[in-house]
Amino acid sequence: MQDQHSPLLEVEDLRIEFRTEGGAFRAVDGVSFTVERGKTLGIVGESGCGKSVTSLGIMGLIPQPPGRYVGGSIKFEGRDLLTMSAKERRSLRGGRMGMIFQEPMTSLNPVYTIGHQIIEGLRAHGMRDRAKARKRAIELLDLVRLPSPAERVDDFPHQLSGGQRQRVMIALALANEPDLLIADEPTTALDVTIQAQILDLLRDLSTRTGAAIVMITHDLGVVAETCDDVVVMYAGRVVERAPVAALFSGPMHPYTLGLMAAVPRIDTRSDRLETIPGTVPPPWAMPEGCRFASRCPLATDQCRASQPPLREMGTGHLVACWRAPIEEIAA
Amino acid sequence: MLKTVLDRLALSVPVLLGVLLFGFLLLQLVPGDPAQVMAGPTATPDVVEAIRRDMGLDRPLLVQFWAYLERVAHGDFGRSMISNKAVTEELGAAIGPTVELMLGSLLWSVPVGIAMGTLAAVTRGTWIDRGIMAISVAGVSLPIFFVSLLLIQYLGVVLRWFPFIGRPGPWYTAEGFMALFLPALSLGLILIGPVARMTRSSVLEVLSLDHVRTARAKGLSEMRVTLAHGLRNALIPVVTLIGLQAGYLLGGAVVTETIFSWPGVGRLAVGAILSSDFTVAQGAVLLFALGFITINLIVDILYSLLDPRVRK
Repeated sequence: MQDQHSPLLEVEDLRIEFRTEGGAFRAVDGVSFTVERGKTLGIVGESGCGKSVTSLGIMGLIPQPPGRYVGGSIKFEGRDLLTMSAKERRSLRGGRMGMIFQEPMTSLNPVYTIGHQIIEGLRAHGMRDRAKARKRAIELLDLVRLPSPAERVDDFPHQLSGGQRQRVMIALALANEPDLLIADEPTTALDVTIQAQILDLLRDLSTRTGAAIVMITHDLGVVAETCDDVVVMYAGRVVERAPVAALFSGPMHPYTLGLMAAVPRIDTRSDRLETIPGTVPPPWAMPEGCRFASRCPLATDQCRASQPPLREMGTGHLVACWRAPIEEIAA
Repeated sequence: MLKTVLDRLALSVPVLLGVLLFGFLLLQLVPGDPAQVMAGPTATPDVVEAIRRDMGLDRPLLVQFWAYLERVAHGDFGRSMISNKAVTEELGAAIGPTVELMLGSLLWSVPVGIAMGTLAAVTRGTWIDRGIMAISVAGVSLPIFFVSLLLIQYLGVVLRWFPFIGRPGPWYTAEGFMALFLPALSLGLILIGPVARMTRSSVLEVLSLDHVRTARAKGLSEMRVTLAHGLRNALIPVVTLIGLQAGYLLGGAVVTETIFSWPGVGRLAVGAILSSDFTVAQGAVLLFALGFITINLIVDILYSLLDPRVRK
C-alpha cells in the first residue's frame, strides 16, 4: 500500500468548520500544502489564523462536535485520512504520526510516571512485552537527552522542569518511530535558551530518524532556522507558500512582508516595533474579497471584491495576492 | 505515606478532645436527672442523693469532666443506666452491624454513582445524561425515611423479596445477607446523587484538559482515554466528596437503623437518648466521631494514593 512516489502528506483544499451558538465559522478554509519525506514544513501565522486547527485536523484530534471537516482531503502516503475508519486512523495516531504540543506543563498526565505514559503509547501500537517497552522508554528518554533516564523514567511530570517535560513529550511523539512529526509551537512556552536546545534536538532527531516535521509557529526565527518550506496562513487561508530561502529573500504577500517587518532587527536602530495596522476580521464577518484587504496598504477595489487564488510566481513560490509580485511595500 | 498517616492521626487528637467535651456538656444541658433515672421512679430522695454523690454528679463540672477523661483514657465509658451493662459491651455489640451497614451501602453506591457520572459525562446532552441527572437529583432530594418506607412497602410487604426487620445474622449468612439488602440499599441512595454529579462534572473537566489530548494523540482507544486518563484523574475530587459526605452517611445510618430495627450504634444511640440513658448516648456520640475521623483518614490516604503531587 506504500507509494514511495507520492509525497508523505498532501493536504488538499482542507476546510474545517466549528459550530458555535452564534453559527458556524470556518477556522480552516481551503488550505493546501504538501510535506515531502524527511523535510520540515513550517506553518506560520498569528494566533487564530487556523494553523493549530490544521495540525489537529491532520492528527484527527478535532473534537467533533463542535468541529467538522467540510471538505478537502488529507492524504498520508496517498491514502485519504478523512475516509479511513476511526480504527485505522487511530493506529496512525501515535504510530506513524506523532504530535508535540505547545504546553509541556499541562500536556502530560500528572498522576502517571513519565515512563508509564511512554510505555502506554508503545503498548497501544503493539509492543506487548512490558520489560521491552520499559527498556525502549528509557532509550527514548536518552534519545531526547533527558539526564539519567534510567532513574527519571519513574518520575512524575511535576518533578520535571518545563524543558524536560517537553523532551518527554518529544520522546512520546517519537516512541513508535513516526514518519511524520507535528510540532505545534513546541518552544513557545519555554524560555529562550531552552527553546534553542529543543529546536536543535528536533532538527537532529529528524535527520537521524528521517521523520518529516510540520512545524507550527508564529516565530519567523524558528522557521528560518529549522524549515525547508514555509506556508504562511492568514485568517484560515494560505496566503503564501515557498521554499524557505525564497520566502526570506523575496517575500511576495503584503502580509508576509508585514510579518517580516515586525521582527525586531539587531542591525537597525528603531525605537518602536513595526506592527501591521488593524486586526484580523472576526470569523463570522469574513469579507468577500481578500481577507487581508482591510489591513493592506496596497489594497485595491479588486482586492476587496474577490478572493485572490494561489498563483505560482517563481519555482515553488505561490502567493495569493492580486498585486503580486511586489518587491517591497513603500515603507 | 506513613508520615501523612501519623500527621493525620496527630491532628485528630484535638478533634476527639473537642468531641468528648461537647458530648459531656450536651448531657449537662438535656432535661432529666441521671441519678433519678438510675434510681428508678419509685426511689426515695435519699437514695437519689446517695447515687448522685456516688457518681460524683455533685462535684464541679470541670472536675467531673476530668474524671470522665480519666475513665475514657482507661477504656471505661461507664455502665448503661438502663441495662447496667458496660457501655463498651453495648457499643461493642452494635458496632459490627453498623460497620456492616456502612460498608454494604458504600460498596454498591460508590461504584454505581461513579459509573453513572462517567456515563453521563461521555453522553453529555443526550437523554441518557438527562435521565441519570434526574435520578441523582431525586436521590439527593428524597429524604431517606421516605425512600426506606417505599422500599419496605414494595420490595418487602408487596413482593416479599427481602426481609425488613432486624438482623438475623452477619452478612455472610444467607439470612443476614438478605436482611442487609434493604437497609444498605436505602442508605446507599444518599450517596448516589452527589457521587454521580461530582463524577460527571469532574470527568467533563478532566476530558477537556491538554493531557487527555496527548493521550488521544498517542492513539489510545476512546475507552482507555476516558477511563485511564479521564476517570482516573477525576476520582481525586470524588474521593474528597465521599469524605465530606461521610457525616450524612452516619446521620443516615441512625435513621436507617431505626426504620429497619437494625441493631447498630445509631439505633442504640436513639434508644439511649429516648430513655435518658446518658452514658450510652455519650459513648455512641464518641463512637460516631471516631467513625467520622476514621473515614476521613481513609480518604486522606486514598487521596495521596490517587494524586502523586500531594505525596511527600
